[in-house]
Amino acid sequence: MPKREVVALGIAAIVVAVVLPLCNLLPAGSPLAISNFTLNLFGKFLTYAILALGLDLLWGYAGVLSLGHGVFFGLGAYAMGMHLMLEIGSKSVYQSSLPDFMVWNQVKILPLFWWPFHSAAFTLLAIVLVPALFGFAFGYLAFRSRIRGVYFSIITQALALSAWLVFNRNEMNLGGTNGLADFKTIFGFPLSQPATQRGLYVVTALVLIAGYVLCRWITATRAGKVLVAIRDSETRVLFSGYSPAAYKLFVFVVSAVLAGVAGALYAPQVGIITPAKIGVLPSIEMVVWVAAGGRGTLYGAVLGAFGVNWIQSWLTTSYPDLWLLFLGGLFMGAVLFFPDGVVGALGRLGARARRIVSRRADPAAATPSVSLGRPTS
Amino acid sequence: MISRLTVLLSLVAWLAAGAASHAAAAPTPSPKVAAALTDLTGDDADKREAAVTVIGQTRDPKWIQFLSALRDGSVYTRARSGKTELVVGGTKATKGDQDVIDIASAYEREPLGTVPLTDLKEVPADRRLRLTIKPFLDADETQAQLADPDPNVRRGAAVKLGNQAVATAAPVVEEALKKESDRWVRHALAEALALIQLANGTPAQRAAAARSLGDLHSESAMPSLQRLAADTAASPAERAAAVMAIRGIERWGLLTRTVETLFQGASLASILLLMALGLAVVFGLMGVINMAHGELMALGAYSTFVVQNWFRAAWPSHFDSYFLVALPVSFLVAAAVGLVLERGVIRFLYGRPLETLLLTWGASLIIQQGLRLWFGAANVDVSSPSWLSGGVPVMVGLTLPYNRVFIIGLATAAVAAMYWLLFRTNAGLRIRAVTQNRAMSSCLGVRAGVVDATTFAFGAGLAGLAGCALTQIGNVGPSLGQNYIVDSFMVVVTGGVGKLAGTILASAGLGGLTKGIEPALGAVFGKVAILVGVILFLQRRPAGLFATRGRNAEA
Repeated sequence: MPKREVVALGIAAIVVAVVLPLCNLLPAGSPLAISNFTLNLFGKFLTYAILALGLDLLWGYAGVLSLGHGVFFGLGAYAMGMHLMLEIGSKSVYQSSLPDFMVWNQVKILPLFWWPFHSAAFTLLAIVLVPALFGFAFGYLAFRSRIRGVYFSIITQALALSAWLVFNRNEMNLGGTNGLADFKTIFGFPLSQPATQRGLYVVTALVLIAGYVLCRWITATRAGKVLVAIRDSETRVLFSGYSPAAYKLFVFVVSAVLAGVAGALYAPQVGIITPAKIGVLPSIEMVVWVAAGGRGTLYGAVLGAFGVNWIQSWLTTSYPDLWLLFLGGLFMGAVLFFPDGVVGALGRLGARARRIVSRRADPAAATPSVSLGRPTS
Repeated sequence: MISRLTVLLSLVAWLAAGAASHAAAAPTPSPKVAAALTDLTGDDADKREAAVTVIGQTRDPKWIQFLSALRDGSVYTRARSGKTELVVGGTKATKGDQDVIDIASAYEREPLGTVPLTDLKEVPADRRLRLTIKPFLDADETQAQLADPDPNVRRGAAVKLGNQAVATAAPVVEEALKKESDRWVRHALAEALALIQLANGTPAQRAAAARSLGDLHSESAMPSLQRLAADTAASPAERAAAVMAIRGIERWGLLTRTVETLFQGASLASILLLMALGLAVVFGLMGVINMAHGELMALGAYSTFVVQNWFRAAWPSHFDSYFLVALPVSFLVAAAVGLVLERGVIRFLYGRPLETLLLTWGASLIIQQGLRLWFGAANVDVSSPSWLSGGVPVMVGLTLPYNRVFIIGLATAAVAAMYWLLFRTNAGLRIRAVTQNRAMSSCLGVRAGVVDATTFAFGAGLAGLAGCALTQIGNVGPSLGQNYIVDSFMVVVTGGVGKLAGTILASAGLGGLTKGIEPALGAVFGKVAILVGVILFLQRRPAGLFATRGRNAEA
């Protein structure tokens, strides 16, 4: 990691993980105070940023565009949600030890696959392992048969559609269309307490930082170089004696796990997880976070996830009709005018400013800068 | 008791007098009917109801008419020379300060002159009585429908009579069967007759009826046949005939279900094909996956809606032909939007398929939201022209709806047109040349940009056509495209790029497979099974059914 990035990361980490929660502790009247609502909203954005990291690793570096990451997000979120549902116990509306929706659906005994989620340790394990195994199985089949490019994107989109359909079914015993909601406690801490939410926020921030470091580490290793090579010319990598499928599978599983962890942190903070988070539209929305922020940079993905969702939460409350138009325009604009996202656009702007400044200072020293390794597709 | 007796006597006397006064001897009501008429004027609701049943069961058209008048509240009693007489009221008028009414006799409808309304007492028909009357009127109406000029109405009436299985309907049905010439109505009448005999006949008749029902493959006779087969009181011959008939009908049912599934598969395959044709050609030519294809389809559907409204407002008399106008209009609207999309944005992104995918997705969101803002979020109503409603019966128990047949025909025509365009025209030659080698074609003077634009517009137009066809079988709403888009992508992926045969085969396969496994797995898990199937299929053939062979390592 370059030194500048370490410093920037350190500052960002302190602001996000320490300063913001401290601001939340300030009394409400104080000018720097952050309300519980805002902090909770930021927590949600941070979970999206974790997911965007994995997606950027997959798309920005390896050139594999997945339109089905909502599924992995959902798997993590549902795993956590199931544990939280069981934690409610008989404090639910129907006073039954079963989750409310099961009483409603007249399910008499807890389905077998719910049982292990009584255990917190198993749940934490499942949050990582379920998306990982599912991602491995799907990725293995897809990459082994050299499904790539738009073929892979379409297959993942079909995956998102199928998963959405399946999670919507009541007989899956996962709450159907209404999903899992009405959580009371997490590992014993009451979710209605601001302190618990603050704690969840800090955990999310720390996970995001850890995820960033992990992804940066991956891109800095030899494997990361191979990923970029696969993106730029998969055939050449293949002919050079590497197995692109193995690298792609690895990075696909990593991004699936990041998505699952993001989902698991999302569920308790937002308080509900429904199939609507899994489908085709949310899955492709995740891609636009990365595209708008800037691909192949990691920090661009984080900024994109934060920025797009901030705009969304503002637009959907103030001008609900405009949100989809804006999102569509964002897709088109990000592709047509900012192929390297906001980060890239700002970088180019900065470079041009520097050039102008240096040209004025010393016209002879101005040389055109050559950028390498920009994503092509 | 005495009063009732007087009424009865007076009625009999009156009817007898009526009979006597006309040379064409009006039938004297049987004592049962006469008693019923007396009961009808009384106050006992149970007796009145029983009376209506007695009168209705005569099945005499004139008495049925009387019941109809009774239901409408125009049956009155009047006192005449110390007796009570039932009359049917006609037109009311005001004469001076009196309301007067034309009256006629109850049975013969002999006019009896105009009398003041105050001289009459209405025979009340409360809800219960009206409900009792209704089946008799309906049965009468159904029997009248057997003579309707429309064979579909005749067939419906026959089916209804068979389901009611009332013994008295048998002669009517037999009479109709003698006169009937239409094959399907004859079948329905024969079935009705057998059903009536099965319900009401002697044991020998029942056995014969069961046998003939078996020969007629009557699905609707199954419950009664099963009852008969399980009836220990029935004779062994009857029960054996019933069991045989059940077996025959079940075999036939299996056959019809198979044919129906095949047909539904073909219909779904046609829809997928209509959508996937445009997608596949564009993908083969430019490597562009057009995510807005579904929305172009929705545009076609909404164009149909607009054309329909326009016809309804301007030319209501030619409403049925609106669909013929809507077909080209929807093609042109979608093609125009496609052209704008291609020239406006997509052409800047050639060679970058993932970016065009996102770009067209953005366009799809904008079109979708635009439709929602313009036409509202709710589904709009597109009514079928009369020549597309109904269906053609092909075998017993199976009617193919015209709209589905039409879609299959449209898809076939689209494929034929596509083949003709690609392999018989110069434009097609250029399209194939650019598909095979863009750079070389450009060198040889093919204007690749023009080919791209026209092909994209053509593909978009096909989507519009598909949307127009879809209005006939599904809901039209802003998210219409979303329901089919993923499926048609699967078709393109499975079929492979650059070969029409792959697209055709893949849509036939996916359509047929979907409808084939849906009964067993349900729609949702059927879809999941299809996805798994496609992924496994791609293990064997990563580039789809028909991969373009060449020296291109990226293919």
